[in-house]
Amino acid sequence: MSFINYMAREINCKLVYYGPGLCGKTTNLQYIYERTNPEAKGKMISLATETERTLFFDFLPLSLGEIRGFKTRFHLYTVPGQVFYDASRKLILKGVDGVIFVADSQIERTEANLESVENLRTNLAEQGYSLDKLPYVVQYNKRDLPNVASMEELRQMLNPTAVPEFEAVARTGVGVFDTLKAVAKLVLTELRKGGSG
Amino acid sequence: MVNPQMVMYEEEFNQIQAVVDRLVKDANAKVVFIVDKNGQLIAASGDIDHVDTTSLASLTAGNIAATGGMAKLLKENEFATQFHEGEKANIHIQLVGNRVILVVIFDSRSSLGLVRLRVKKASEELNHIFESLLKKVAEPGADSPFAEITDEDIDNLFND
Repeated sequence: MSFINYMAREINCKLVYYGPGLCGKTTNLQYIYERTNPEAKGKMISLATETERTLFFDFLPLSLGEIRGFKTRFHLYTVPGQVFYDASRKLILKGVDGVIFVADSQIERTEANLESVENLRTNLAEQGYSLDKLPYVVQYNKRDLPNVASMEELRQMLNPTAVPEFEAVARTGVGVFDTLKAVAKLVLTELRKGGSG
Repeated sequence: MVNPQMVMYEEEFNQIQAVVDRLVKDANAKVVFIVDKNGQLIAASGDIDHVDTTSLASLTAGNIAATGGMAKLLKENEFATQFHEGEKANIHIQLVGNRVILVVIFDSRSSLGLVRLRVKKASEELNHIFESLLKKVAEPGADSPFAEITDEDIDNLFND
């Protein structure tokens, strides 16, 4: 649910990075944080365990510039990917305007990817959202590793509805901003339709 | 749709800001702010130059969401009030009308009793304002300022 503030002339949208444990959601945010001008970003917050696994969420506020005199602000969140943190994942999806599914391209993570995308669909449905109607993009991360599944296989499994998709290496930043821009565009396009997500 | 679009107009914003400004004085608070349940900051007052209100807003919403999750598991409707006591700063969090969150940060110049009392009154006022705001938003003809934007506008945003 985006928030339009006529007084401050700004629009706020919420984006959520979803995906299985260790797929690189936090790494996406870290890269965006490192490569964004200080004036365009706020502090990045990570609620993580001592071993740096996301416990509740990461949060990064970003300003993208103005459209028709309105400042556009995006609040980026990640969910904890580990299966047993499902209760927390549901909470973070509340009020979401756009979703990025980060898949781990490694063959041995095939099942984890499938389980996570299914979990995303279920958790959205519980809140009354449909993944097919929400601004949604898929990122195939870790493309630099040797044991990755082919794009055809991944596409078939994880992107049957052919939403925008990107190959990425979040650690070095490949595909990170392309993914973000794509989902941000979809969210803004949705706003034009007057969609009250 | 699940949630109505949150929109803030000048008239209601000024009313909300007046309530928040007054609460800072009446409760002897350091900072008072209002956040929606998704973590968007709506209004703030007091010594806000020294706190990161954006981060606090997001964490407050996360906190309320987590507490709400616990309430659900215990078959409670919600836990509407939270209080965290620190060595110097204290934070009082109140869910208003199950819609927005009123946060008061205070130190030893105030007391929990005073804050609770003032928050109660402010909550009622805020509830009225948000109710009328939501009615206004639900009225037909309230066009989105984004109805007119073009693909070019959106593309320009990303041409840096």
